[in-house]
Amino acid sequence: MYIPPALLQVEIDPGAFNPQRIVENYLNFQLVFQNMDVIFAAFLVTISLALLAEVIGIVIGLVLALIRVSAPKALQLLSQAYVDVFRGSPLLVQITILYFTLPLIGIRFTSLFFAGLAALSLNGAAYVAEIFRAGIQSIDKGQMEAARASGLSYVQAMRYVIIPQAFRRVIPPLTNEFVALVKDTSLVSVIGLAELLRAARVLQSATFNGTPLIAAALLYLAVCVPLIYLANALDRRLNRRVA
Amino acid sequence: MSIIEFRGVNKWFGDFHVLKEIDFAVGEGEVVVIIGPSGSGKSTLLRCINALETIDSGELIVDGIKVHDSKTNLNRVRTEIGFVFQQFNLYPHMTALENIILAPMKVKKVPREEAVRRATRLLERVGIPEQANKYPESLSGGQQQRVAIARGLAMEPKIMLFDEPTSALDPEMINEVLDVMVDLARGGMTMVVVTHEMGFARKVADRVVFMDEGRIIEVGSPEHFFRNPENERTRRFLSRILH
Repeated sequence: MYIPPALLQVEIDPGAFNPQRIVENYLNFQLVFQNMDVIFAAFLVTISLALLAEVIGIVIGLVLALIRVSAPKALQLLSQAYVDVFRGSPLLVQITILYFTLPLIGIRFTSLFFAGLAALSLNGAAYVAEIFRAGIQSIDKGQMEAARASGLSYVQAMRYVIIPQAFRRVIPPLTNEFVALVKDTSLVSVIGLAELLRAARVLQSATFNGTPLIAAALLYLAVCVPLIYLANALDRRLNRRVA
Repeated sequence: MSIIEFRGVNKWFGDFHVLKEIDFAVGEGEVVVIIGPSGSGKSTLLRCINALETIDSGELIVDGIKVHDSKTNLNRVRTEIGFVFQQFNLYPHMTALENIILAPMKVKKVPREEAVRRATRLLERVGIPEQANKYPESLSGGQQQRVAIARGLAMEPKIMLFDEPTSALDPEMINEVLDVMVDLARGGMTMVVVTHEMGFARKVADRVVFMDEGRIIEVGSPEHFFRNPENERTRRFLSRILH
């Protein structure tokens, strides 16, 4: 593969290292505390976006997964097409199309929050659908046989035997999906919604200081890292019980 | 009068002709043991009876219901039949008691209290009333299989089918399960049992069926099989399982 030399150039200049400027421009937390109300409000927007999108995504995703494993072939293909489109294209493009292109066919989101929520939910549903599908298909087929053999209908067998077991199994991957969702909310800033990243960048330009960005990053970390550890712990516990 | 009747039944798995021209009937209250090498079609034969497998040609009539007919409501047949699997297939997210009451409550709409009362009696009958509130993972294999038998009995079936019920058990647990089955047989239950436990066959079987390569090769009393099996293949097979 050919990479133009120009692309490989990184200048290393130890003389440029300036601890004082780093502290002033990126670790000036005084500035953040002065604008805590703005940052906190934006943080709440981010968390609400992620939580709501996760809930809606789980509902749509579960329906998509059930269609995928149980419905007639034509519906299965539709469900699969949905998943392919939303997983196979960048979320940033999806957000942009939803907000800037849909008005051309007469669908206009008047609320930025709702537009962002819609994009994140529709996108999240595709990932959740795959997680549920894998979870349902990972349940031993003897479970369905035992349920059907006892006289339960297919729907009853899914409802009482298969899905409750699948739910347990998908909690760790769903937690990871939620972590991805929390970070992906930052992409909604392209349409101008005042979520955490957007608010931090607005503060950055207003104060000519990068500290708000660092603060935003710390807030994302504070939410995501514990969740990552939680997902790992759940996963370990689950594996121990299965083994 | 026969409660299970195969008339010229054939079944294929792809190109593999797994059941060949099966003509066979089981009378009410009869205990039939099916033996044969692995791949002989004995499990498939059993699974056809409660429609866990479909047949490709011929007729299969269970308790007066045409199982081969695509218009038949299979759930109705299945409520008349208890099925016990080699791998138990208990629902791991439910206690022993919950495993037993699920189908009566959801299919027959038995009130919970009544279902619990009956399940408790069944657990006493299989000798483990004290395990009612334990989850399958904390039960031994023998206990799990006895819960599975109780679950099969919970729908008050006319027929009990057993698919190698002791093959997945440690040797010291085989007898506790066989004892329950012997009691059931002596109580007059119609039973079809795929097993190589010839001691069980000798105690309670009315007839033994030997299958090989998808055909019923020989049918006779247990004594007949111990003393003078006619077919050369039967003799060879028995010499391998009777040490």
